[in-house]
This record gives sequence, structure tokens and C-alpha cells, in this order.
Amino acid sequence: MSIINLLKIAFRALKRNKLRAFLTMLGIIIGVAAVIAMMAIGEGSKQSIRSSLSGMGSNMITIMPQSNEPGGVRLQGSSIQTLKFEDITAIKKLQSKNINGLSPVVSTSGQAIKGGYNWPTTITGVSPDYLNIRQLKLQDGILFSENDVKSFAKVCLLGKTVIDNLFPDGSNPIGQIIRFKNIPFQVIGTLVPKGQSNFGQDQDDIIIAPYTTVQKRITATNYLQSIYASATTEASSADATTEISDAIRQSHRLTAAETDDFQVRTQAELISTISSTSSMLTVLLTAIAGISLFIGGIGIMNIMYVSVTERTREIGLRMSIGARGQDVLMQFLIEAILISITGGVIGVVLGVSSAYLISYFLNWPILIAESSIVISFVVCAITGVFFGYYPAKKASNLDPIDALRYE
Amino acid sequence: MEQKILDIHDLKREFVMGDQTVRALKGITFDIKAGEFVTIMGSSGSGKTTLLNILGCLDKPTDGSYLLDGVDVKSLNRDQLAGLRNTKIGFVFQAYNLLPRTSALENVELPLFYNKTITAEERKERAIKSLESVKLAERFDHTPSQLSGGQQQRVAIARALVNHPVMILADEATGNLDTRTSYEIMALMQELNAEGKTIVFVTHEPDIAAFSTRTIMLRDGKIQKDSINQNQRSAKEALASLPESDDY
Repeated sequence: MSIINLLKIAFRALKRNKLRAFLTMLGIIIGVAAVIAMMAIGEGSKQSIRSSLSGMGSNMITIMPQSNEPGGVRLQGSSIQTLKFEDITAIKKLQSKNINGLSPVVSTSGQAIKGGYNWPTTITGVSPDYLNIRQLKLQDGILFSENDVKSFAKVCLLGKTVIDNLFPDGSNPIGQIIRFKNIPFQVIGTLVPKGQSNFGQDQDDIIIAPYTTVQKRITATNYLQSIYASATTEASSADATTEISDAIRQSHRLTAAETDDFQVRTQAELISTISSTSSMLTVLLTAIAGISLFIGGIGIMNIMYVSVTERTREIGLRMSIGARGQDVLMQFLIEAILISITGGVIGVVLGVSSAYLISYFLNWPILIAESSIVISFVVCAITGVFFGYYPAKKASNLDPIDALRYE
Repeated sequence: MEQKILDIHDLKREFVMGDQTVRALKGITFDIKAGEFVTIMGSSGSGKTTLLNILGCLDKPTDGSYLLDGVDVKSLNRDQLAGLRNTKIGFVFQAYNLLPRTSALENVELPLFYNKTITAEERKERAIKSLESVKLAERFDHTPSQLSGGQQQRVAIARALVNHPVMILADEATGNLDTRTSYEIMALMQELNAEGKTIVFVTHEPDIAAFSTRTIMLRDGKIQKDSINQNQRSAKEALASLPESDDY
């Protein structure tokens, strides 16, 4: 028998019992809608956690000096002077696709003075890339250029806390001269406030200046405290880490037997910890929803069994007028699949719209992944086949003589 | 030059019930030619139902041969039997066995759904023609619950006709109907027979058997009597002779 005829027969059979078909579907509808809505909420929260993390510069890679224990004595990182600007040159030479920002960091604390006001703060000497790496944004003014870096220009950018303390009258700091450790710096820009970091640190209590200026005029050193880099994407940060390590090892002329005299850290661990918590939540929600889908499937099986028993005479009749066992099998199987797939479609519509309603009324972040729709749809079809098969098999194995006389 | 539709030789059917063997048919031999209207009669336990099941290709004989329109039924498997039922036999049941909440037309179309060679248009066309031949064409969209018992049975007959079977096999087709409606159905059967359809009608009412051309009496799994009906009664006349008051 052709598939079109089978579909027609199954469709007509369902049409005869609209309410029952709908009630059977309801289990699937609720199951699918729940899976989709739950996954949308779970994925949405995961996404929002991720985006707030990358706001901190989630692709950031920090390279810190570390003692390679020459004599078994571990020294504190800041007192080690192994990182040099040559390391940056070495990394830059790689021209790696995985690294899109690189900045040395030289910082020192001291007193900033402007007129009658002063404020103890830290000056951070960096290259222009630093702002991108740390996801800092200019609020006003301009960023210093590579030329400023080359010429040891005495220019700086101020964070909000510093501005508040040096310019309490609210005057525009741009163009003004402040003094840090008695060195005059011209303020050329201000930074968008970032507030406290996750660890309670005031991220706005900063002065940013070219690292050359800080090295030459304030610290009078030629080593770097650390190097900040940023990976192109979160995914490429692992590759970037390896490349950076190799480049620095080479520039430090470390032999294979020697351990690193520096360490490279990414924020991947932090991110993976937080996303795994959120993934667990998604899995949990989806599992609960999956259970309801399973129960929906059992509902189909139950109704199909009832239906086969109730329609025993119909089956007998169909067989007596020429339906083969497999025709009957296919009829009931297609009925079950039709129920589950129709339920699936309604469930998808309901799930997507309820996810949007939730995000609209409760302001929860949602993310509807196509995969969740495809997966729940496929699961529906499988549910139909799996739970529809046994009742259908039972129907097809009936003896037409008994079935015709069934009371 | 009459073609044999049914050719049955020494047909036996035994059922094994536990350690007992029930011999329902103990060797039956007869044939039915095209255009005959045969009633098979017998009291309950005579093997009537067993014979009907075998004639209808729902069951296979234990022994003996059964040729339906030249096909040896005994050699066929389950699916082939289904195919045979689909193309060669038109069933009419006592309980009509129409699909509920399904229009008369769709009920009549049903056998053709199981025939791959028939297109959707052909199916509808033939179903309508079939309904016309039982004079129910104008009720094609009625569901069984909207039809009287007699009309339902006529839909069932239309369904039996739709696949152009070589034989209509009726099982107590008038058993659920009152006398008048029974006669109406028999009149329809006679009409179809007059058009050349071969009809095998299983019944236990001698009254009904009188409308056929030949009666086979079964008793205890054997043919007791196989006689040509010399004075076939006309169902139309019988209908006319029924008293008016019977019309309820």
C-alpha cells in the first residue's frame, strides 16, 4: 500500500477521535514545550553569564614572571626581572591569528597631585592595545599613540576614582597637567567607569600612561612586571597560550630541561567553572522536561493499546477486505507518529512562544537554540515509533477471524 | 460453459484444543459456478462458520483442496491470502462492520485503499458507482449512525462490490435486520445476482434460503443436502406481500 494511502487512513482514523487524539498529544505537547522553554532559559542564562564574563576581558591572557627555581629557592614574582620587551617582540613576530592584542605592563604606586588635591594611586604603563585587552573604554579625549610610546610622552588617561579625587570641583580634566611622583603628565583622556571587580577591587582607581614613560621617568627599570595579551576568541585562547609560551621560552633561551621562568594564565578556567554550573542547570531542567516527554510517550503507548483493543473489529474488517499485517502495523504506527509529530509541532510553537513570554514578562535572558528544536522534534518522532510499535505490532498479529468476532 | 468460481474437494478442517482434536469439517466436496446464488445452511455447530472462514480465505483447510477462481488457497501465505481477499472476495457481515464516524463513501472506498493499482480518482469513482448500485448514492456523506440498519447493510454491500470481486460472501447478512429490511436486502442480492454476481450466503433461516438458486445444508461437518432450488422465491414479490402494518 502506498504511503499516501497509509497517511490518509491514519489521518481519517485520528479525525474520528479528535478529542482523544488531542489529549494524547497533550503529553507530547507539554513535554516538547517544556524541553524547549527550559533549554531556552538555561542557554539564555549561560549566555548572559558568559557575556558578563567577557566584559571583564574573558579572552585575556596574562604572562607573569616566575622563578624557575635556579637554586631551589622560590622568589616572589614581582622581584623577578625576567620579562623584557624582547619577549613582546618575540610574540609579535609570530603574527599569530590567535592573538589580537599585546601590551606590556609596568606599574608602580605613588601619589598623584593636582593643585591642592592629592590621591594615592597606581600608574600603569602600557601600550595602546591595553584598553582593548582589558575592555576599557575611553569616555572622553583620546588614547595615546605608538608615537607617544616611542617618545616617552608624558601623557595619561585617568579612571573615574582618580578624577573624582583630583578634580572634586567637577572641572574637565582633559588638557590639565597632573603630577605623579613629581613627574608632570598631561591628561589626554578619561575612562568609562567599570566599578568594582568581582574581587572587590576598584577598577577605576587607575592612571594609564605609555609604558616607556613609566619605565624611563618613574621606575627607572627596563623589565616588565607582566605582559597582557588577548586571544582572538575564547576558543583560541588555549592555542594562543601555547604559542606565547613557546615564543617566550625561545626568547629566554630556555633548554628543554629547564622549566618556565614565567607563567601564562587565561581566564578559561573561571569561565568553564561558571559555565559548567550553568550547563548543569540546563541539563537538570532538560532532564526534567525530558521525563515529561517520556511520560507523554507512555501516554501515546497507552492510548494506542486502548485504541487497538477498542478497534479490534475494525482491524478484523480491514484484514478481511485485504489489509496485510504490515498494512495494519503501518497504520497504527503512522497514527502514533502523526500524534507525536503533530504534538511536537504544537509543542515547539508553544515552547518558543512561552520562552518569549517569559523573557518579556520576567526579563529573563533566553536563547532558543535551533538544536533544541531539532532535538525535541527528532525525539518526538522516535517516541512515536518506539511507543507506537508495540501496540501496532499487537494489532498486526491479530487473527482476522478472532478480530471480526471480537466483542 | 460455466466457469467454476469455487472448487472444493474433500475439504477438512481440524482444530487442536489441548489434547483433543475437534473435527469441524469432515470432508466436504462441492463447487460453485459463476452466476450462482448459493445459500449455505446449517444449525450451529454444523461447521458453517468454519467453512465460511475458509471460503473467505481467512482460514486455511487442514486437508483437501480449495481453488478460488483457479487459485489454490492452501499454498498461499498470510499476505497472499490478504491480497486474494482484497481482489476476489466481497464480504458482507451480520454486524455490518462499518467504520464509525466515517462517511458511507469512505467506508465503501476502504478495500481500494489496500489495492496499490487504484488511483485516488478511480477509487472515488468506483465507490460512488458502487453506492449507486445499492441505491444509496445520495447518502454518500452520511455516517453509519445517520443510517438505518438496512441502509448500513447496503453500504456494506456496496463496500463488498467495490473491488469487483468474483464472489460476494455474506455471513448472516440479514441476521440483525427485521423481516421487511431482510427482504429488501435479499431483493438487492437477487438483483446483483441477476447482473451476474456470484453470491454465497451463509444463513440459518430457511426463509432466506428460499431466495437463492441453490442450498447446501451442512450437518456435523458434512454436506447433508446440496439441492438446486427449483422454485426460487422473488424477494420483491415477498416484499410486496408483506402487510402494510409491518412497516415501522
